[in-house]
Amino acid sequence: MKIEVIGSGCKKCKTLFELTEVVVRELNIHDIVLYSNDINKIVSMGLMSSPVLTLDDRPILVGILPDKERLKEIISKNL
Amino acid sequence: MFYPIQLLADWLTYTVFRIASKTLLGDAVNFFIFDTIKILILLSVIIFVVSIIRSYLPPEKIRAILSHKNKYVGNVLASLLGIITPFCSCSAIPLFLGFVQAGVPLGTTFSFLIASPMINEVAIVLLLGLFGWKIALVYIVSGLVIAILSGIIIGHLKVENLVEPFVYQNSINGNIDLPNMTRKERINYALLYTKDILKKVWPYILVGIGLGAWIHGYLPADFLAQYAGSGKWYAVPLAVLIGIPLYSNAAGVIPLVSALTEKGVSMGTTLALMMSVTALSLPEFMILKKVMKTRLIFIFAGIVAVGIIFTGYLFNFIL
Repeated sequence: MKIEVIGSGCKKCKTLFELTEVVVRELNIHDIVLYSNDINKIVSMGLMSSPVLTLDDRPILVGILPDKERLKEIISKNL
Repeated sequence: MFYPIQLLADWLTYTVFRIASKTLLGDAVNFFIFDTIKILILLSVIIFVVSIIRSYLPPEKIRAILSHKNKYVGNVLASLLGIITPFCSCSAIPLFLGFVQAGVPLGTTFSFLIASPMINEVAIVLLLGLFGWKIALVYIVSGLVIAILSGIIIGHLKVENLVEPFVYQNSINGNIDLPNMTRKERINYALLYTKDILKKVWPYILVGIGLGAWIHGYLPADFLAQYAGSGKWYAVPLAVLIGIPLYSNAAGVIPLVSALTEKGVSMGTTLALMMSVTALSLPEFMILKKVMKTRLIFIFAGIVAVGIIFTGYLFNFIL
């Protein structure tokens, strides 16, 4: 599975990336989490806020920095 | 409402720093302390409140609202929604593409692109704190009128051919179902955003208010009237020109301008300068070149500039 955090380079994006890495490990998922600053990817998905979290190029979280528990919930719901 | 701050400023100036009252230095220091504290408190409160409102209306939601509206309603809504949306030149491209590719009309998109930077909470707070609520309201209402009318005019000009062709080749589905923020996330978001903005603008505010305090204390009251009073026809267009390269420094420009107004610059000229600082930005124009032809940027800037100049003359005449 491709897990990617895409940001505009903001601090929030970096934090979401780090949090996602932790959550993914706790969920026993062995794929690595990618991090990108390519804003064109966000635009081409039709989105305008960052950060964006995608699973297999499908956005599941946009413009929100959740806490760990909620992120876990959102990721497991979309697996 | 700001009486306790005045007491604090008086105490700091006259008791702690031991500066004699009724002197130029005493006045200037007192003015500086009072204005700085007042503006920083107003900024924190208002940015926090606006951020909470904004957390309910991310750009994706705004787009969904705008793509279903007929053009006049769309222009009005786009301008109103532009007020609460933060804007920096770095978000111009994603917003433009995101709106146009999801079917928001070009004129409506421009209304939003004009209102969003021009009517922002930092400018409003500074106007409110330094000029009072009437001037802040005049600024908001005339900014809205300029954004609505400019968008309608651009919509009628049928300039879609001046948008880079790739923009229309890619269309996107604007209806993506995504999780909303929880209450805790909204509060965190608002706190973080308020902190970020304050961190970014405080040096400009200090310098602006500092220069303002100096001007307030040391320049004679009608010093600038002979150059920029309401009788001088060139003052307004000149203010608009000066404003273009001063982008994003509304935080520093407004306190300075508030002091200049005391020294004889007329109110309409002041409003025109501030609108130009916020709405006409060279970096934004450069960035927009990626998605539209230079001619469209000139049309856009020209229409907005004419609107601002007209507003300046109007308020020089009636205020």
